[in-house]
Amino acid sequence: MSDLETQEAFAPGTAPGEGIAFEILGDAEFPTADMSLSIGPAHPATHGVFRIVLEVSGERIKSATPVIGYMHRGFEKLAEHRDFRQIKALVNRHDWLSGFSNELGVALAVEKMLEMEVPDRAQWIRMLMAEWNRILNHLMFVGSYALELGAITPMFYAFREREDIQHLMESATGGRLHFTYNQVGGLKVDLPKGFMRQSHGLSKLLRSRLPDYKDLVLGNEIFQARTKGIGPLPADVGLSIGVSGPTLQATGVAEDSRVTEPYLKYGEIDVHVPVGENGDSFDRFYCLLHRIEASLDIIDQIHDHMPAGPVNQKLPKMVKAPEGATYVRTENPLGQLGYWLESDGGRTPWRLKMRTPSFSNVQAIPYLMQDTLFPDAISILGSVFFVVGDIDR
Amino acid sequence: MAATSLPGTGLLKGLGVTIKHLFREPSTQMYPHERPDLAPRTRGVIALMDENCTVCMLCSRECPDWCIYIESHKETVPPAKEGGRARTRNVLDRFAIDFSLCMYCGICVEVCPFDALWWSPEFEYAEYSIDGLLHEMGRLREWMDTVPPPPQLDEGAELPAEVADAIGKVEQERELAAAKEAEAQQAAEAPAEGGGEKAAAGAAPKQAEIHVEAGQIDQETYDALIAEGKSERMARAKAKAAWVKKEKARLRAEQEAERGGAGGGDAAEQPAAAAGDAGDGDAADTGEAADAGAAPAKRRLSDVEVEGDGEIDQETYDALIAEGKSERIARSKAKAAWVKKKKQEQLDQEEGG
Amino acid sequence: MMESASVTAEVIVAQAVSIFDVGDGFVLPVLIKLVFVLALFFVLPLVGGYLEHKAMGRMQARRGPVEAGPFGSLQLVADGIKFIQKEDLIPRAADKWVFAIAPGVALVPAMLIFLVLPFGPGVFALDLELGLFYALAASSVSVLGVLMGGWASANKFSLIAGLRAGAQLIAYELPLILAAIAVAVQAGTLSLVGIVEAQANFLIPGTEINLWFVFPQILGFGIFFVAALAELSRPPFDMPIGDSELVFGYMTEYTGIKYAMYMLTEYAGMISMSALTVVLYLGGWQLLPGVPLPGCEAGGGLFDCSPVGVISGVLITIGKIMALVFVMVWFRVAFPRLREDQLQRISWLVLIPLSLLNLAVITVAKVVF
Repeated sequence: MSDLETQEAFAPGTAPGEGIAFEILGDAEFPTADMSLSIGPAHPATHGVFRIVLEVSGERIKSATPVIGYMHRGFEKLAEHRDFRQIKALVNRHDWLSGFSNELGVALAVEKMLEMEVPDRAQWIRMLMAEWNRILNHLMFVGSYALELGAITPMFYAFREREDIQHLMESATGGRLHFTYNQVGGLKVDLPKGFMRQSHGLSKLLRSRLPDYKDLVLGNEIFQARTKGIGPLPADVGLSIGVSGPTLQATGVAEDSRVTEPYLKYGEIDVHVPVGENGDSFDRFYCLLHRIEASLDIIDQIHDHMPAGPVNQKLPKMVKAPEGATYVRTENPLGQLGYWLESDGGRTPWRLKMRTPSFSNVQAIPYLMQDTLFPDAISILGSVFFVVGDIDR
Repeated sequence: MAATSLPGTGLLKGLGVTIKHLFREPSTQMYPHERPDLAPRTRGVIALMDENCTVCMLCSRECPDWCIYIESHKETVPPAKEGGRARTRNVLDRFAIDFSLCMYCGICVEVCPFDALWWSPEFEYAEYSIDGLLHEMGRLREWMDTVPPPPQLDEGAELPAEVADAIGKVEQERELAAAKEAEAQQAAEAPAEGGGEKAAAGAAPKQAEIHVEAGQIDQETYDALIAEGKSERMARAKAKAAWVKKEKARLRAEQEAERGGAGGGDAAEQPAAAAGDAGDGDAADTGEAADAGAAPAKRRLSDVEVEGDGEIDQETYDALIAEGKSERIARSKAKAAWVKKKKQEQLDQEEGG
Repeated sequence: MMESASVTAEVIVAQAVSIFDVGDGFVLPVLIKLVFVLALFFVLPLVGGYLEHKAMGRMQARRGPVEAGPFGSLQLVADGIKFIQKEDLIPRAADKWVFAIAPGVALVPAMLIFLVLPFGPGVFALDLELGLFYALAASSVSVLGVLMGGWASANKFSLIAGLRAGAQLIAYELPLILAAIAVAVQAGTLSLVGIVEAQANFLIPGTEINLWFVFPQILGFGIFFVAALAELSRPPFDMPIGDSELVFGYMTEYTGIKYAMYMLTEYAGMISMSALTVVLYLGGWQLLPGVPLPGCEAGGGLFDCSPVGVISGVLITIGKIMALVFVMVWFRVAFPRLREDQLQRISWLVLIPLSLLNLAVITVAKVVF
């Protein structure tokens, strides 16, 4: 049994198990070939067309290489040929779970260039909507992350909650996913009657349902066994890679644009930023779940603050940003979203560069997946919260 | 979660949460059996009120997907008054939205200055063939029946301009009435006749109040409709309606002439136009229309006829070529610039003279 | 030698007679038994599947199937018809023969277990002397089908799944068998009918109180049930399927009727393992410990029954089976999936030592009392 030769008995293309090279060795050692395992582009754990090429030995991962771009739609180029009203309908599609926050970023950028004063009421409503959108997004990930670890039920509960929130937002914006509610200088139209009451009731209802998620997912021993100590990300590595949002907060860095660089009226209310300790999968999920609670707190404060007044202002027929450039960053549900807007004074931007949170977050994947087990790769992949459209744009 | 809890409590809690839901009412909506309760603002399908469409093409141009197809032709409308000028008007021939391309952003509805496009929450128009998603004018018009009234606004919302105006007016009237009442009380013996008179004078007779016996048909309308290929029955019905309308208009004009208050009709029309313009905070988009309404006396460039015969404005042409535009574009733009210049000159002359 | 031979003879004599043994012929009883086994095999998994659909739906705040048949009860039948209609795809790189027979290899042993499962007084096809041994042996053959399917699919995910299933089988066969042995020791027989009878006759030493084996062997019951879950690849031990990591594992490349055969194997496995648990620990067709069935005389009110007794016995057994199936569904709804190495650790470091302890305690107790 010591003949060290590669068997090539089968003709390539026809043999069963083609492409696997056999090496028969002595009893003393039994080296095996590494297998390259391609997760995606169509794999349930990547929720989208994202691909990671794993080099595995057995179930142990030697290296992980994310392959992106399957869903590149050329947003930045498209934006150069759209006026600002049309861009709003465009950008709420790159991170389709945070439509409102995306369009908010563009609106803020244009307003900043125009040095436009947005009515107070519009700013508060924008915050309210942004926070509901944040919860909408986080609930999706609470459900999908549990699903990736094999728990099916939280997904259904999360979608029940999402349905309620979508119904609420639909009553004001008309959309369930792509809201297109912002416009330069404010909002398209004011809230419908009874919205505040419903919003208040929903925030109460959600608060009463949050313990279910903690019992069902966060407190579950199997869940903890699958996530604690898996894929720890040190704070300095996280910062150097450029991760943001729950992924960064899990490392213990309380970086959140709403606190560190308040936009809208976030400076006037208390924003709690939950942070983790170890930066592992468990902490990332912990931050995500507690950000829902923090957002509910913000929503309650907004309910108390909501002023009366106009929500938009008269715009010229064609909004044109003055010549120049600006950068606006907002705390999107998944992390920091930045828009670099450069204008030559025309009706369309000369350049719109997006700094999307998902793109930066997935950069941490090769680091996190090194020397873990294959199921842990799924646990890590799910906990570095990303939306594929937001990576590929 | 207590760190010191017994092993297995987390599992038991999970079992508890799930069993709790076993005895709760499911949150499923039994969709085909039960209709979903959709908000009035829901973006389901776009409805077209074709009467309101002026073929301004704003929607078609603003559409990010270019999925709105509009075809129209110009028609010359004979002068309304003796000695007036004939006007041209756009007639909508085709208005189609390709819902297989539409991304439901709502920009077309947002920009429409004349409220011709509306959102309806209806969503059940899936088709087995993608061609079926191209909704033509008739289909878009049918959706109009499903458009719900817009919801009332939140308590903190600013009132829409026309509502605020109306409330202001009512308040003014109330104040006036209160003042009158006070006056009347002071002079108790003399009944306030002025009020009654004013009311009678203010109420310009509306078309509906004038009764016209139907029966005749308006031959002109009838012929036009038949020529368009409408059925005889429909043409007859419409022509009848047209006759009644005309008769009413005639009668009213007579009444007004008798009364001598010639301004009444115009006055009634103007506020209506103003209310139409101020719809939904889109006033900015309707700037042109508002301008026209505000200064009817001033002649505009478009009212001046200039015969252009291929002349171009050399200055514009050179500038455009220098900018690197193609010759074709530069030429056409320069031509337009020339016409504009000429018009302006003519207008200045007229005003000066 | 003589002694052991006589013991065997006694056991054989003690074997119960099936109610299907009608007449003196050979063919007729065999035909009836075949029909009985096949009917059970095709009906009970559907009932279990329906229970899973509905219970899972309600626990997840939804309704489960509602359209096919009354309350959606024919959903699985409709699914079956759909599976038959589907195109049968075999990947080009697959090992065609192995790929084709693998679902059958998984399905047939699952069917064979039904041969020995007692569902009521006399309601069983066969009462083998080595019934327990036979059932456990047959149940572990199914994994071979999984392994074959995983290998033959020529898919890396399927291969990992097949190997996981194999490792899982090896790890959990041991605690499963050790727990079952403890029952056999206490009952003094390997015949499944005999074990039910032994439970009806088991009294707490020194008292007149009748108990099922679940009470003295609560530890063994737990081990057996957990090991059965793992052997069936039911959540939280469904790593060989792992829909979110292995994309349905060994079933990835299967379509149509072959896929349906794997699914049927899974549901039949749930039924047969639950039935084994009922027989070993939960007193078979007894309603409550020490309560004889109506119209039954012999064996503590478990045998020689009137038709009423037979029917109530069958209903009680199926009720208990469905209760256990419900628990399996409940686990599936509530728990995430473990990792393969954690599963192995649980087996080798927790379950096997505990089952050995259980066996030792039971054996000592059996000798002492």
